[in-house]
Amino acid sequence: MPEGGTGIGAAVKRVEDQRFLTGRGNYTDDLNRYGQTYAYILRSPHAHATINRIDTAAAKSAPGVLAVFTGEDMEVGSLPCGWQVHSKDGTPMQEPGHPPLARGKVRHVGDQVAVVIAETYAQAKDAAEKITVDYGPLPAVINMNKALAGGALVHDEIGTNLCYDWEIGDEAEVDAVFAKAAHVTEIDIVNNRLIPNAMEPRAAVGEFDQATGEYTLYTTSQNPHVIRLLMGAFVLSIPEHKLRVVAPDVGGGFGSKIYHYAEEAIVTWAAPKVGRPIKWTAERSESFISDAHGRDHITHAKMAMDADGKFLALKVATKANMGAYLSTFAPCVPTYLYATLLAGVYTTPIIHCNVKAVFTNTVPVDAYRGAGRPEATYLLERLVAKCAREMGLSQVDIRRKNFIPSDAFPYQTPVALQYDSGDYTATLNAALKAADVDGFDARRKAAEARGKRRGLGFSTYLEACGIAPSAVVGSLGARAGLYESAEVRVHPTGSVTVFTGSHSHGQGHETTFAQLVSDRLGLPLENIEISHGDTNKVQFGMGTYGSRSLAVGGEAIVKAMNKVVTKATKIAAHIMEASESDIEFKDGQFTVAGTDKSMAFGEVALSAYVPHNFPHEELEPGLDETAFYDPLNFTYPGGCHICEVEIDPDTGVTTVERMTAVDDVGRVINPMIVAGQIHGGIAQGIGQALLEGCVYDDNGQLLTGSYMDYTMPRADNLPSFTVGTEVTLCTHNSLGVKGCGEVGAIGSPPAVINAVVDALWDLGVHDMPMPATPQTVWAAIQAARPAAAAE
Amino acid sequence: MYDFAYHKPSSVADAMAALKAADDGKFLAGGMTMIPTLKQRLAQPSDLIDLSGVGDLVGITVSGGAVTIGAMTTHAAVATSTDVQSAIPALAALAGGIGDPQVRNRGTIGGSVANNDPAADYPAACLALGATIKTDRREMAADDFFTDLFETALADDEIILSVSFPKPSKAAYQKFDNPASRYALVGVFVAQTAGGPRVAVTGSGQNGVFRVPGMESALASSWSADAVKGMAVDAGTLNSDIHASAEYRAHLIGVMAGRAVTAAG
Ligand SMILES: Cc1cc2nc3c(=O)[nH]c(=O)nc-3n(C[C@H](O)[C@H](O)[C@H](O)COP(=O)(O)OP(=O)(O)OC[C@H]3O[C@@H](n4cnc5c(N)ncnc54)[C@H](O)[C@@H]3O)c2cc1C
Repeated sequence: MPEGGTGIGAAVKRVEDQRFLTGRGNYTDDLNRYGQTYAYILRSPHAHATINRIDTAAAKSAPGVLAVFTGEDMEVGSLPCGWQVHSKDGTPMQEPGHPPLARGKVRHVGDQVAVVIAETYAQAKDAAEKITVDYGPLPAVINMNKALAGGALVHDEIGTNLCYDWEIGDEAEVDAVFAKAAHVTEIDIVNNRLIPNAMEPRAAVGEFDQATGEYTLYTTSQNPHVIRLLMGAFVLSIPEHKLRVVAPDVGGGFGSKIYHYAEEAIVTWAAPKVGRPIKWTAERSESFISDAHGRDHITHAKMAMDADGKFLALKVATKANMGAYLSTFAPCVPTYLYATLLAGVYTTPIIHCNVKAVFTNTVPVDAYRGAGRPEATYLLERLVAKCAREMGLSQVDIRRKNFIPSDAFPYQTPVALQYDSGDYTATLNAALKAADVDGFDARRKAAEARGKRRGLGFSTYLEACGIAPSAVVGSLGARAGLYESAEVRVHPTGSVTVFTGSHSHGQGHETTFAQLVSDRLGLPLENIEISHGDTNKVQFGMGTYGSRSLAVGGEAIVKAMNKVVTKATKIAAHIMEASESDIEFKDGQFTVAGTDKSMAFGEVALSAYVPHNFPHEELEPGLDETAFYDPLNFTYPGGCHICEVEIDPDTGVTTVERMTAVDDVGRVINPMIVAGQIHGGIAQGIGQALLEGCVYDDNGQLLTGSYMDYTMPRADNLPSFTVGTEVTLCTHNSLGVKGCGEVGAIGSPPAVINAVVDALWDLGVHDMPMPATPQTVWAAIQAARPAAAAE
Repeated sequence: MYDFAYHKPSSVADAMAALKAADDGKFLAGGMTMIPTLKQRLAQPSDLIDLSGVGDLVGITVSGGAVTIGAMTTHAAVATSTDVQSAIPALAALAGGIGDPQVRNRGTIGGSVANNDPAADYPAACLALGATIKTDRREMAADDFFTDLFETALADDEIILSVSFPKPSKAAYQKFDNPASRYALVGVFVAQTAGGPRVAVTGSGQNGVFRVPGMESALASSWSADAVKGMAVDAGTLNSDIHASAEYRAHLIGVMAGRAVTAAG
């Protein structure tokens, strides 16, 4: 048994890894249903074109083909958007239709045009080559500024490419502070578009049972119940009791598997038409042009300061790319998950942010690990670094000067959120020590002696996760509540199955959640099963994203366990003929206080199912409890990331030499899993900062459409990380947990870029876009040369 | 992937016969380029003639001041060969820097040279070392072999048997990886050969691998990094893509050439 047992705080090895590491995971594409057929989706090669005519006759008569459908055949509802944002003038956002198969027009490279269903995938693909589509190519809008300045219309019927023009804060009041400020620092920031690239490509198997009239969809989803609701209610009009959605093992999501995608609706809708199950699995190149992308902001921001560098006001104007259609959560990402974070860890008293969401002829953009918070953090931490330079303050001093003090909680920000707890000085101090910042000057000198530039970058960040109080998100336009549910089913011999509405796609819930149960009920891990992902097993669920699984899903499990203990206490009291108030439950034993009378949890469970002498008016048989938990607030992890880079000025190559992260994720249930989550997040953060960038040409062709051109972070791009936690407890959930799934990806990118800028500052390079590839860094050095020489 | 007929001959003669009999046959070596091309439906050969059963095409011999490598010898075999490591260490190191372990265990020198990917590593070694490419019907100097992007002097029905590298007195290869694909964004092979210094550049040229006469004559007068370091190649002849502008490539060629000369000693 690991040190600390198997309860809260123990670094238990992940129980799911046995099957994952031995190739025995059960992913959607591993499923093969009796009589299964295969779907191939024909996609648009154009970014923008009318569909004048589609001739499917030759494809329909090709070998092995069972059916071919186009948008004309598939008269179903539009793929829905789950969040409605209102513009500052009060009008609702533009919400153009999103047919699963395009009708009349295609709007991005990869848009679904037709589906071929055949006996084999190769036959479906062969037949698809026989479909002739008469396209009328149209000019495409890719760049957001052009899209707003009278470029081609992505959706003719709405007459604009502006989805919404939203704001938070009082612009006039903010402007008044700027007018009187001693100093204003301005910055232009682009947050680069990313392609998620989960290791497992998306897949879906649709099935229809003629006998019962029940549909089943197996899919790579982070939230099967949400897919059942969205697809059943809005797209295909299938009631919940006739629609089962199963998300088995899922190999990574990072947000991209939250959304309801066309392919899920297509295979489910077509299954009864061909009378056989249908499987679709994305090819990797298909994932690049059909999985929702992430980020993609253009921002201008400015900070007003007094003469000492104290922040007085922040003003931000952002354009956010929505892509060609509104993906499920897209509208809330650059608004409620972004602008509300702009106070960060600072006491900035007043903030205004305007966000224009823009349609372009690109793949839809939605939440990607961090969702809005990385964009806010990157902006703020780059700006703060620049403020320090302009005010002649050190990167540490400007932060200390503006931190929300640790005794100021609960802290109400000017942008709606109320932080419950945190200690930013503690995480900063711990990170300064762990990163050996005191030794940096010596390391810089040694690097210079080798002809290299060395830089140090800071990011003191905060994020809001544990998404989210239903009342709050409802008032902000969410069309769903964001609670979570759990059922704790105690079996007659005392083992337990927990049904959770959270979904694990790499996070290790089967271990972390089992530790909660082990801790509360005193059971060994092997007596606990965590079940998720099947709408026919799990009562309900809102799924996994926004680092919510433990803070919301875990709390629901605790709530259900508390009910189990209450009921079990009643049973124990009855059997041991004691008063309920005299029963103590500890380490899996119910004891009558002050006596040696005691029953094990398993004995009580057995009695619950063998109720030979129960007073049935007062005590029901069975031991099975369900709870729904709606959080009272977001949770607010935060911390300090410090990055140290070395740059070869001859080639522009940046090497991350040290990466230190000290995060406050609230109570740590499993330190090994927390460290793993932070490692993965940082890898993605360094990926965004130095490597990953989605590039479209002006015609909307994706130039980074494969791993030949899209740079994923690899092990040798990364140093060994130094990670640690400094804990303040969340005050509004019983576990005191905050969340750790996204902090790595949120905190790290600005630390990396600030380090790059620091390394090159003396060469005259004062700005750096992401990704800071060798070419970009080299070009920046070249561009600065004449300026530096003139100085 | 479209359907094709599959053959696995065990001799060069049978391989040639199978190719002749086919409508549009292609040799399959390690398949590291061929298989992805087929999977993406970018090629539709009628027949694939798998050379992995032709034992005569595998092996490394060192004799007469040259290293001769059979066409079907994998990159991994070249990288780990003690013969190559002692005869031409730069060549072993180059092979060890191709792709990843899976690619090195499948990919072959014959496939690489026949494919003449403008970002591949071996063509630079062939050109800089003055290699000879031996086929079923002739021997060709590397200078005549690599003709254009993905183009060689090979006839449609010609098979590479081996590649022979004369031993240089010193040589080194410096590769600047494309950050995404890790093929060469710029790769510079320098060699001090019997006929004087040779410098070959891969990953950059609009027509594929090329020699840099200016650097070669500079090295002839002084074998030193400084002789070539600042010597940029004309950017007008180089590729531009999202990873590197022609100007950046021109600059990197100078940097990599200097580093290669230093590494060669
Ligand atoms: C992920 C990945 C990374 C890579 N990275 C690099 C890299 O960094 N540097 C690099 O240089 N290369 C790289 N490669 C290419 C690889 O090293 C192989 O050299 C290349 O794929 C060709 O060799 P092959 O044996 O696989 O040939 P195949 O793919 O089997 O064949 C390629 C072509 O050569 C022809 N051919 C094969 N053998 C003969 C012969 N004996 N005679 C005539 N024609 C023949 C075939 O018909 C075909 O047209 C990479 C490949 C992959 C998949």
